[in-house]
Amino acid sequence: MEQAAPDPERLWQPAPLEPLSHPDAGLESMVGEETKGARDEGPGDGTMTENNFSLKKIEISVSEAEKRTGRNAMNMQETYTAYLIETRSVEHNDGQSVLTDSLWRRYSEFELLRNYLLVYYPHIVVPPLPEKRAEFVWHKLSADNMDPDFVERRRIGLENFLLRVASHPILCRDKIFYLFLTQEGNWKETVNETGFQLKADSRLKALNATFRVKNPDKRFIELKHYSDELQSVISHLLRVRARVADRLYGVYKVHGNYGRVFSEWSAIEKEMGDGLQSAGHHMDVYASSIDDILEDEEHYADQLKEYLFYAEALRAVCRKHELMQYDLEMAAQDLASKKQQCEELATGTVRTFSLKGMTTKLFGQETPEQREARIKMLEEQIKEGEQQLKSKNLEGREFVRNAWADIERFKEQKNHDLKEALISYAVMQISMCKKGIQVWTNAKECFSKM
Amino acid sequence: MGKLGEAGLAATAGPARTLGMEGECRASQARSWGLPAGGAGGDSPGGDAPLPGSISSSSLLQAEVLDLDEDEDDLEVFSKDASLMDMNSFSPLMPTSPLSMINQVKFEDEPDLKDLFITVDEPESHVTTIETFITYRIITKTSRGEFDSSEFEVRRRYQDFLWLKEKLEEAHPTLIIPPLPEKFIVKGMVERFNDDFIETRRKALHKFLNRIADHPTLTFNEDFKIFLTAQASEFSSHKKQGPGLLSRMGQSVRAVALSMRGVKSRPEEFMEMNNFIEIFSQKINLIDKISQRIYKEEREYLDEMKEYGPIHILWSASEEDLADTLKSVASCIDKCCKATEKRMSGFSEALLPVVHEYALYSEMLMAVMKRRDQIQAELDSKVEALTSKKADTDLLTEEIGKLEDKVECANNALKADWERWKQNMQNDIKSAFTNMAEENILYYEQCLATWESFLTSQTDLHLEEASEDKL
Repeated sequence: MEQAAPDPERLWQPAPLEPLSHPDAGLESMVGEETKGARDEGPGDGTMTENNFSLKKIEISVSEAEKRTGRNAMNMQETYTAYLIETRSVEHNDGQSVLTDSLWRRYSEFELLRNYLLVYYPHIVVPPLPEKRAEFVWHKLSADNMDPDFVERRRIGLENFLLRVASHPILCRDKIFYLFLTQEGNWKETVNETGFQLKADSRLKALNATFRVKNPDKRFIELKHYSDELQSVISHLLRVRARVADRLYGVYKVHGNYGRVFSEWSAIEKEMGDGLQSAGHHMDVYASSIDDILEDEEHYADQLKEYLFYAEALRAVCRKHELMQYDLEMAAQDLASKKQQCEELATGTVRTFSLKGMTTKLFGQETPEQREARIKMLEEQIKEGEQQLKSKNLEGREFVRNAWADIERFKEQKNHDLKEALISYAVMQISMCKKGIQVWTNAKECFSKM
Repeated sequence: MGKLGEAGLAATAGPARTLGMEGECRASQARSWGLPAGGAGGDSPGGDAPLPGSISSSSLLQAEVLDLDEDEDDLEVFSKDASLMDMNSFSPLMPTSPLSMINQVKFEDEPDLKDLFITVDEPESHVTTIETFITYRIITKTSRGEFDSSEFEVRRRYQDFLWLKEKLEEAHPTLIIPPLPEKFIVKGMVERFNDDFIETRRKALHKFLNRIADHPTLTFNEDFKIFLTAQASEFSSHKKQGPGLLSRMGQSVRAVALSMRGVKSRPEEFMEMNNFIEIFSQKINLIDKISQRIYKEEREYLDEMKEYGPIHILWSASEEDLADTLKSVASCIDKCCKATEKRMSGFSEALLPVVHEYALYSEMLMAVMKRRDQIQAELDSKVEALTSKKADTDLLTEEIGKLEDKVECANNALKADWERWKQNMQNDIKSAFTNMAEENILYYEQCLATWESFLTSQTDLHLEEASEDKL
């Protein structure tokens, strides 16, 4: 573990191997039992974790989306979409799946789950949700949240989110996550009862720490830069991709006009008529082929978007580190100043300015008893402080270690997924080219027969 | 899909365009009616006696002469001096500017029997104190006896081409004269004389002259020969001969009235022809618009793609494992851009000019139809005069006889030329669109190869990595 210029006031000790303490440690064992299946296998998306000892495998799918109306917190009528989540357990032996749970959730509940996970697992790069509102649209896609295409893509995104959580070695064991999949009614209350909102770090505190921290772990600084760059470059890519899609759409669709005009023209031609007419038909085929092509590309864009949002999750982990580090630095600083005060009181020298010191000078010395009392108090505080510092230090190192482990896991996942995505993009291009060759070959034949 | 509405509109595009050209055609018809009545509207060269009086008689006329002769043909600065027709300020054989263009010689009917080869190239800007204009170099090579030499080189400006076209229309009112490129383009012209515009025009002018050369009748036209061979001063004095403006203008009103009469008594075959022309004109103009639109959309697609590739390179700078893959993707996109450029240039060379020429041809066809109708109407009005005994019967009968010949000649000329034109049109359209299809196939094949090789390289790498892990 590296740190910047070592501060003699801090105590550096190798961290003992303890799991990171988090508020619901008590639930872990329960979670372990009940979601044994979920922990051990990566359902649905095929990612496998290392322990394959369980007999059960869980599949999660967000299979349907439904428009609903209801009343919101302010008793006003609203329309929203609800998503059906189905959980199936698969018998290892015969591969048959049995539906174990099925319930409906809306987007805001997913958000609640994620916010909870962010608070309780600050060292984990928590998978992101699909976008709340459609962004990077090009003219064909509507930015309307009720638009069926958007809802469909969101359904896939939500399913992806659940699969990511379920295949994460630590997150999958969380009780609240388990209840999210299994307990329809009352889940919101259960989450709120954990009081996680109160435990969340205030934004202001976090911002303050980011600016004032002196020696954050270098790797986290680099990670923050990386996540900024990733976010910026993926946004740029998505924006330009949307424009490219728009233009490509235009090129294809204008060819459709040929179809109509050729057909009308063929009516007055004798020899050319047939060729014109059938060529026109191929122009129509060409023009309509772009719809499917671009729909496929949207899925590619969604894959990139996930990592765009992951950048924010990375930054969240970095912020937590900065906060903890800043806390540690403040505690160390406080301890140091107390020690110094103590020393000064004991030796009678004044090296640092203190209000007490000034008032003493102005209004006369304090009595030896008073001084003793103060020294004693300070010594107690120092002792406490040293304990605190020690445990903060431990926590900090623990955090860094665990976070970094998850970040490494994330990096591997990212490299794998993005590479797959780029390859799938190539596959899409290939398919588009093949369709193009076919249509134009047919058209050429028609033209040459004119 | 509002933005695609333009291309989709059927009616509005065509007539609006035609209107512009019709105005010009009408004017040129007015001029062509300066022909002496005795000339059978066939092959006699336009050797008309000049009527200088009509030109210089009044200053008002002078302004009108200027308006018709020197309105913005070459997009030049407006000149107020008619004597600018004089080309003595430069020698046609002076060393030409570095603007040399590729010569394209295109054959039409019988390549083996061709004995007249024309190229139009080297557009050159000429700046005088009063105006700026462009001339084109025209090189003619021939083995024909009636030409004094076997090789000629002259310089002509757009105005001169206009003059030639008008003379041809005068001499052969019912032959399908090839179209000239437009005087100017209203939309999208940012600067006058931009390179693309000049090049497009040059190619069209080259096509124009070659079409005339390939036409069995027009190729022997005397004005055509003079256009190709006469040096500057000889040419400008030749141009000044011709029917005066007053007589030309006086004819135009009469011409409109006549043509309307001619429509009513049009024979069946010409009705059919006219029907074809109307629909063809509509459709070809639409196709012209659609093709221009496709080119524009492709251009914009290319511009976006050019930005798309480099982003992947930018991204690769912050990645380790992904860097190579990202760079490969960027290079694939770059190759596809080049393929797109190639496709676009093929499109703009093979398809666009052909489709546009036929869109302009459709206006020529309508004009020819009108002229035929007018000739017929002249006959009909004389016949009507005879039956109502309004004038001297003997004189009328003689005139009618001549007019009947004229009508028959005109109709036959048109019929023959129509067949020839249709055949050419079919060939040209077929080859233009076949070419477009080929360009597209080539484009997709190139892109396919690029992405497929990317895919192979990625899977090879993957296998390599997998085998390394096992070691």
